[in-house]
Amino acid sequence: MSEPFLQIIDVSKRFDNVVALDKVNLKIAKSEIFSLLGSSGCGKSTLLRIIAGFEKPDEGRILLEGKDITKLPPYVRPLNIMFQNYALFPHLNVTNNIQFGLKEEKISKEEINHRVNEILNLLELNGLEKRKINEISGGQQQRVALARCLVKKPKLLLLDEPLAALDKQLRVQTQFELVNLQYKLGITFIIVTHDQEEAMSLSDRMAIMKNGEILQVGNPVEIYEKPKDKYIANFIGTANIFNVLNKNNQIIIKELNYEVKNINKKENYVKCLIRPEKISVKKLENQSDNLNIGVVKEVAYLGSYTKYLIEVNGFEFYSFMQNSLVSDNLQIRWDDKVQISFNETSIYFFND
Amino acid sequence: MIKNLKKQNVWFVFTPYLWLVLFFFVPLALIFKISISVSEWGMPPYRDLFSFSENGLKINSTLGNYLFIFSDPFYIRSYLNSLSLAFTSTVLCLLIGYPIAFYVAKSKPSIRNILLIMLIIPFWSSFLLRVYAWKVLLQGSGIINSVLIHIGLITEPISMLHNHYAVILGVVYTYLPFMILPLYGYLVKFDLNLIDASNDLGAKPLNTFVKVILPLSLPGIVAGSMLVFIPVVGEYIIPEMLGGSDKLYFGKIIWDEFFVNRDWPIASALAMSGIVILVFPIIIFQLMYAKYNFKNE
Repeated sequence: MSEPFLQIIDVSKRFDNVVALDKVNLKIAKSEIFSLLGSSGCGKSTLLRIIAGFEKPDEGRILLEGKDITKLPPYVRPLNIMFQNYALFPHLNVTNNIQFGLKEEKISKEEINHRVNEILNLLELNGLEKRKINEISGGQQQRVALARCLVKKPKLLLLDEPLAALDKQLRVQTQFELVNLQYKLGITFIIVTHDQEEAMSLSDRMAIMKNGEILQVGNPVEIYEKPKDKYIANFIGTANIFNVLNKNNQIIIKELNYEVKNINKKENYVKCLIRPEKISVKKLENQSDNLNIGVVKEVAYLGSYTKYLIEVNGFEFYSFMQNSLVSDNLQIRWDDKVQISFNETSIYFFND
Repeated sequence: MIKNLKKQNVWFVFTPYLWLVLFFFVPLALIFKISISVSEWGMPPYRDLFSFSENGLKINSTLGNYLFIFSDPFYIRSYLNSLSLAFTSTVLCLLIGYPIAFYVAKSKPSIRNILLIMLIIPFWSSFLLRVYAWKVLLQGSGIINSVLIHIGLITEPISMLHNHYAVILGVVYTYLPFMILPLYGYLVKFDLNLIDASNDLGAKPLNTFVKVILPLSLPGIVAGSMLVFIPVVGEYIIPEMLGGSDKLYFGKIIWDEFFVNRDWPIASALAMSGIVILVFPIIIFQLMYAKYNFKNE
């Protein structure tokens, strides 16, 4: 990354002795979609409010294009925020909501009308201009909130749980629309979300936060495949975490009693992760082979794939199998004995 | 709806109406009756509206009381004084009450309840006592004058009592909670994100107040202003206790007509006129306001 677009340097914030942010550092590049992901109370919303200027950090600085904006009030920052509840003005109609911000700038009436029409077209809000906010649907409200920000042509758009208020079907569609829009406009997006699927599908890069700290920053693939610790592994997707034994130059996955052979050993790892979709199970035809044999404890058929809960030596883990063949019945059932297999390159070792 | 109500529930619904008829419409009708009666010595000090003589039923009614009060600028001036007092006090209550209501509504819930109790506590003591307390505070040998003399700001006590400023002070003090509480009711529901959103869109604090906070708290402003304005027009006790002879107020005039001049018909005509003059603008205002609100919802 060359000159970072937005730089967050050692930002800390406390509320009545409760630490909301603890020396957070972050660099965000121009035109990327960056997500702040974490469960509630992790400080992601506080960080967003500090970037927007609603809260002042106790320590640290915020640089936008190299300029220190830490002390600027929100109304002069060249960025906009879309609120989780949209915070549309209930006493104004759609057009007046959208042009609210433009009227605060010294722009001619023609220019305002032109830009409002442009954004109405872009977000397909034509025909709703004179409607009150409570006369339009949730999805339309979301687009008005987006339009109200984008019409200002901000350098940076902050989105607080942008899809949380939408129902599931609309959410998936809006996700793609949001990415397309960002691609078209090239505006940097920072998205706060607690929904890991949303973060994965929207972001170029994401930061996982916990207790006011950033645990890991990376693209969705890195975060999913190479989580830094157990917490992240469990937070993103389903994780099978095994203990690793290091004995006489041997590396053994303890619960499976499996020796990993093809590994360039550099340090003593204590744990390893194998994602459920990387473990395959096969029904045992022949009972004699008792290496890597597990018992199916639960089966959940989900259409495109099936979740199996497998037990080996009293330890339980998941295997997700694609349903690639058309079949009238489950091939593997409860209490079936199954052969477990995985590729050794699918094992991710880490310390925790 | 009413068809579905059980018999005992009908009473439940109509009790408020019964209350309204018994304690509002009946007294009002009585006052109206007296206001069109002819004054005479005796008890009660007016002639019965209907009397029977050998010529049959006779109706002793007159519009003379109304003609009299509208032809005498004395009454009109006192009414205008009361309107101006009500207007000034309402504006002052709004200016003082709005920031207080806003502050209370935006403070933390734990502190908010304490602040609300502090607003309501004065209601626990008698209204008369509270006004009397101001009399004690303001008088020549009162606390304010004593303190000012003690710290050497003044040498002689200043006369703060018995003028219309003292009346305004008393009215604003007494009616402030009636302004604050409805305002608080609207402001506490106010979504703080709207203020952040306005700031974020480039509006400075003053513009945010004018364009977002003020229009959205308008119903509270209207409710509070009505609760202050209407009763202050007929306010009697505060002008009587704190006021002087510099301005005469409507409530006091009615009192004097009733109890000093014992001219019940004139007093009733004054009361009726005061109500009617006030009611019509308020009804028109309410209708317009309802229409405005409907348009905005």
